[in-house]
Formats: sequence, structure tokens, C-alpha cells
Amino acid sequence: MSKEIKQFTVSVYTENNIGLLNRISAIFQRRHINIESINSSASEIEGVTRWTILVNMTEEQMKKIIGQIEKQVEVIKAYYHTEEETIYQESCLFKIKSDLLFEERQIQNIIKESNARIVTVNKKFFVLEKSGRKNEIELLHRELSAFGIMQFVRSGRIAVTKDEMKITEMLAAFNK
Amino acid sequence: MKETLNIKQKQYLEQPKERISGSEAIVRCLLAEGVDVLYGYPGGAIMPVYDELYKYQDKINHVLTRHEQGATHSAQGYARISGKVGVAMATSGPGATNLITGIADAQIDSTPIVCITGQVTSHLLGSDAFQETDIVGISTPVTKWNHQITKASEIPEVMAKAFYIAKSGRPGPVLVDITKDAQFEEFDFQYKKCEGIRSYNPVPKVDDFKLKEAADLINNAKKPMIVWGQGVILGKAEEELKAVIEKAGIPSAWTILGASAIPTSHPLNIGMVGMHGNYAPNVLTNECDVLIAIGMRFDDRVTGNLDKYAKQAKIIHFEIDPAEVDKNVKTDIAILGDSKESLSKLLPLLKANSHQEWLQNFKDLYAVEFEKVIKNDLHPTKESLTMGEVLHQINIQSKGKAAIVSDVGQHQMIACRYAEFNTSKSNITSGGLGTMGFALPAAIGAKMAAPEREVVAVIGDGGYQMTIQELGTIFQTKVPVKIVVLNNEFLGMVRQWQQLFFDKRYASTEMTNPDFVAIAKGYYVDAKRVTKREELASAVEEMMQSKDAYFLEVCIEKEDNVFPMVPSGASVSDIRLE
Repeated sequence: MSKEIKQFTVSVYTENNIGLLNRISAIFQRRHINIESINSSASEIEGVTRWTILVNMTEEQMKKIIGQIEKQVEVIKAYYHTEEETIYQESCLFKIKSDLLFEERQIQNIIKESNARIVTVNKKFFVLEKSGRKNEIELLHRELSAFGIMQFVRSGRIAVTKDEMKITEMLAAFNK
Repeated sequence: MKETLNIKQKQYLEQPKERISGSEAIVRCLLAEGVDVLYGYPGGAIMPVYDELYKYQDKINHVLTRHEQGATHSAQGYARISGKVGVAMATSGPGATNLITGIADAQIDSTPIVCITGQVTSHLLGSDAFQETDIVGISTPVTKWNHQITKASEIPEVMAKAFYIAKSGRPGPVLVDITKDAQFEEFDFQYKKCEGIRSYNPVPKVDDFKLKEAADLINNAKKPMIVWGQGVILGKAEEELKAVIEKAGIPSAWTILGASAIPTSHPLNIGMVGMHGNYAPNVLTNECDVLIAIGMRFDDRVTGNLDKYAKQAKIIHFEIDPAEVDKNVKTDIAILGDSKESLSKLLPLLKANSHQEWLQNFKDLYAVEFEKVIKNDLHPTKESLTMGEVLHQINIQSKGKAAIVSDVGQHQMIACRYAEFNTSKSNITSGGLGTMGFALPAAIGAKMAAPEREVVAVIGDGGYQMTIQELGTIFQTKVPVKIVVLNNEFLGMVRQWQQLFFDKRYASTEMTNPDFVAIAKGYYVDAKRVTKREELASAVEEMMQSKDAYFLEVCIEKEDNVFPMVPSGASVSDIRLE
């Protein structure tokens, strides 16, 4: 198996229990692996939480870690995917001085071209929202940096897979 | 199917309920799970439960250990000899943190224990209250599962889950933390044992196709070798393993925790693998053509350098925990599942065989090891006493029946190498974590779980002093454990490494020891010290004959080393005999 370090998107379906984040993050921490981003949300199944974790490592290491994650009692199923196997998005918010919106025409062009959305505008500042791939967000960040950004925040990656994950059948089998 | 479940649920809901306190509920849960003894130490945040234990003392025996670490190790000893779940209890804060070493030990050695800790009242959580620690956070990486209860109504379900998780599949430790207000709170109690958790699949199904592939590989092997581990004991698959070994005629070695699953004297039992294991199975690991690993996890102390481990062999791995497959050693065929099920399904697929010529290789190498090492260990001609000859005397008295509880270090390796067993679950030791101080409290738990069995703790002078206070537990409970301290006035294993790899710089390994016999006598435990060979046999006999607890100190050669030895980082076949 390749020793090449790649980026993987880990999807973990779990029960919604206190302390599970600690249990899962400890698996990475113990192996000295940095989590690039982590997102917790509802999933397509009622009552089941879905974690999306972005990490860099070799596939061999990834497989072992998936095993360790699945071993946790309250983890229903864990999967890993490469970028090509997922459709993914990240989201970000920029808070920028309102004056710039009117004084710097270039900003208006940037907003238009980037497909960013203005969430709110008031006398002091406006808030810009952009969803997309990491490089699109990074590009927008670079462009806006020139004018000054009051605040910037980016969400963790969220991703769905191109192939199906047979989690619903698994749960149905248990409930029989 | 759904209808029957509804009927079941209905019956459950119609069961008579009783209004009791959370603390009484905890005791009632323990009784419902068949717990007859638990080990612990009281304190503020767990006092309501102790109050109930007082009321239920005719039904459940609480053993007051002298330190919470002792409580976990006793629970482990209890679990390891009986196969049942051991239970330990402690208060919040330091009581809870003192459990951690035992919990970590149980995690790495797959021992089913349930630990119950008291916690500060729920409205104080997170306020740095007196004796508050985040024990759920602290214990997370070393537990199979843990949970904090803040409402009494959660108690039955969580306790049922705790016992189910601890003992099912690959067993392990579970911690349940209960706030003091939940202990006081009254609620309608009813108990139902846990029968399954949807996110948890403890026993994977055996794949019949893979089993057939494995059987073909074994049937066509010229030089097959089995290495079994504790999975055989945990799966109660000793008879199945024996049948497989005998039918296919496969030389079979064991890991330290697999010891005693097959009698020591069995002709196909070729000894222990690993760092201080036997010469033949280590060397021939790198000559076999099919290596069949059963219920073992290729620990680094077993494999040595992985790049030079059984590279010539096809590897078959029988394993209950999917996370262990391909973790350390890449397998050719992995058979997931319970060892009892997979081995009994394997048996009819195997052709009767005997590998006499191959087995002879093991015998030849044993002769080399006997000449270079074993002879001098068991029948020394030098003046000073060896650890091996003490084990030899214990064997003479035990006739393979005693359970040997060893601590960690040189004496442990000697005990595991030389103790003779003819009963399973007889070798109780801290394998994965290497916890000094394990043996004395573990022996207490083992003897209580199996009072009909002789339990001999073999301990070094270093580890003994880590939990020596448990002599108080022995004195108070009158549990008749036999304690042998092999005293070389050194932290022997570290000293051995210093001698071999650190140019004999004995940094902080020499011990100035107290009068161990006087200390034992201070606890009213019969005690004797042996310094000469001619006193040894009779002293061991006297100890084994004693109806009560007995302490025997044997002063042994100060600077003996344990061989054979696979130096760390070396290949198993580069094992040193001297």
C-alpha cells in the first residue's frame, strides 16, 4: 500500500452521546495526527450524528484509524474517502468595513465574480458569505485581504460521497 | 419480529416497579448481574452507595482494599481466573484517578471490569468542587466505554450496558461515574439486562469461505506453526484449540496471556513466543511456512522487528476485533469471529496430519535452550539461588494445579517461562501494560473468585513495594493467598538492560529493602525468609501446605539475567541465549 500522504475525508456515523468527540479525537491525538477540520451534524438518519473529519495521512494509517474509530461502542460506522470520491464544500464568513463597499469598486467586482453572498449590511460593516471548495475560499480571502478584513471564519469541510454508504440498511437490520 | 418486541416491551413495562434511591438501585443492578464481591474504597461522593452496601452485606461482599489501584487489580484478578466481570468502586477525585492504572491495564489486556465512581453533585460539575475530577474525560482513552449518570432514572439502563459491554466481544473495562444527587434521588426501579446495542457488533460472523481457504492453506502446509493468545481463553475455546492442534499435528506456541490454555506438558506445546520466550518458537517463527495466529494481537514484545517477522510465511489470523487485523502484521487470511466458533468450524475442514520432522526441529532447539539456559535456571550448580529453581519448587508442590499470579519484571518472565499448568486461566499477569504492583492485589481477587484453587503470587522486591499495603486487605479478609517475593535487591529487569545496553550504569535500580518478613508479620501473615538452597524445598512446601495466607521471601542472586532474549529492535530469530 502506498506510503504517500494524502488527504482523506472521514465520515463517522454515531449515536448522539456526550463525550464521543473526546473519544474520537483521542484516537487521532494518540497517534500525533492533526485534525485539519471537524464537523458534527445531523445525518440522513434520525437520531444519528454524522462527523466529517479532514485529515492527512497514508492510506495504511487511515485504514487502521478507521478500525479504531469503528471499535468505539457508540460508533455505528466509519468510512474514509479521497477527494475524488466525495462532493465537498466549505463555508466562510467575512466581516468587512461598509465604507469599502462603496469606496472600492473592485470589492463589488470580487463579490460578483466569486459568487459570494452579502448576508447583512449596516453602517459599520457588511458580512459576506461564500460556500465552495477550499481553494475558492482561499482565493477570495487573498483578494479581500488587500482591503482589510475585520473578521474571517471558515467552517470545517462537509462532504457527501459519490458512492452510497449502506448505513440505513445496517440500522434496519438491527431493529428487526 | 416487531410484534414480539412490542410484547416484550409491554411485559417489561408491566413489571412491578419499586420506588428506591439511585444508590440502592446501583446495588440492585450489581446483584442482578450476579456480582457477589466487589473491591473498593469509600469516600464522600460514593457514601450513599456504601450505605446501601451496608444494608445488603449479606448478599454482596465489599472488600476494602488499601488503595483504589488495589481495587482495580483485585477486580482484574477476579475476572481473569473466573471469566466473570470484576467490579471496583471508588469515590470521586483521587479515588477515581487511583483507578486509572488498573483500568488501563484491563484495557490493554482485555479484562472485563466495571468501575463505579462517585461524582460531585451535578450542579457542582465543572466548578472545581472538592474532590471533583473529570474522570469520564480522564478515563476515555483507557476504557472500552464510559458514562456519567446525573439522574437516577438512567442507572438501570447504563449499568446493564456497562456489564454487557465489559464482557461481550473483546472484553474490556467500563467506567460508570454517578453524581451524588443521582445516588440520593428516588425513582421507579426496574432492571432489564442488556441484550444488544445497535452501534456495537461485538462478535463478527465467521466467514465460511475464508475458513475453507484457511483450512486449505493449513492442510497443504509443510511447516505450520500456531501462536495462540488470550483470545482462546476469553472465548472459552481451549478444547477446540486442543482438538485443532492434535488433529492437524501443529506445533503450537503461546503468548504470555495465552499461557495455560493448553497444558504445559502437551507434546505439541512448544512454549512461549516473544522477547523472553522460548528459543525454538522464536527462531522457527522465521522458518515456518504457515503461521496461524489465534486470539493474539502481534504485540511488539511478541514480534520484535516487524520487518523481519515471519516474512517467509503465509499468515492466518483468527481474531474477534477487526481493528487488530493487519494492524501490525499483514495477514493473508483473516478469520473474524469468536475463537470457539471459528475453531470448531475449522476442525472438520482439517486433514489429520502430523509434522514429526518439523516438530523435531523444535525439540532440537529446545535441547539447545535447555543446555544453555534452562538447566542453569532450574537446577543451578552455583551457590546463590535462582528465580527458576524457586518456580521449580512451586511446580513440584503445585503439580500444575496452582494459579500463578506474577507481577512485572524478571521474576514475571521466569514465572511465565517455567510455571507448569494443567488448568486454563491459571497464568494471571500484567502483560500489555506491564504494571508493577499488579500481582498482590490481583492474587486477592483471584483467590476470592476461585477459593478452591491454590493461588500463588510471585513478585519481585520492586513491584511488591508498589502495592505492599494490600497485606492489610489480606489480613482483614483472611484470604489465603500465597506470596513469594523473589528478592534480588534490584529492579532486576531495568538493571539487566542497564548491564546489556547502558554499560552497567545502574541508575536508580539498586534497592535498599526493609525487613519483608517483619512487615508481613506486622500484618499477622505467616512469613519466612530463605537464603540457602537447602532451605528452599521445605519452605515452599510449608507455604503450599499452609491453610492461611503465607509470605515467603527468597533471597536470590542479585545480578542474574533472564535469557533467552530478543533485544528490542532485533528479529525474533536473532534471539540471544546469553
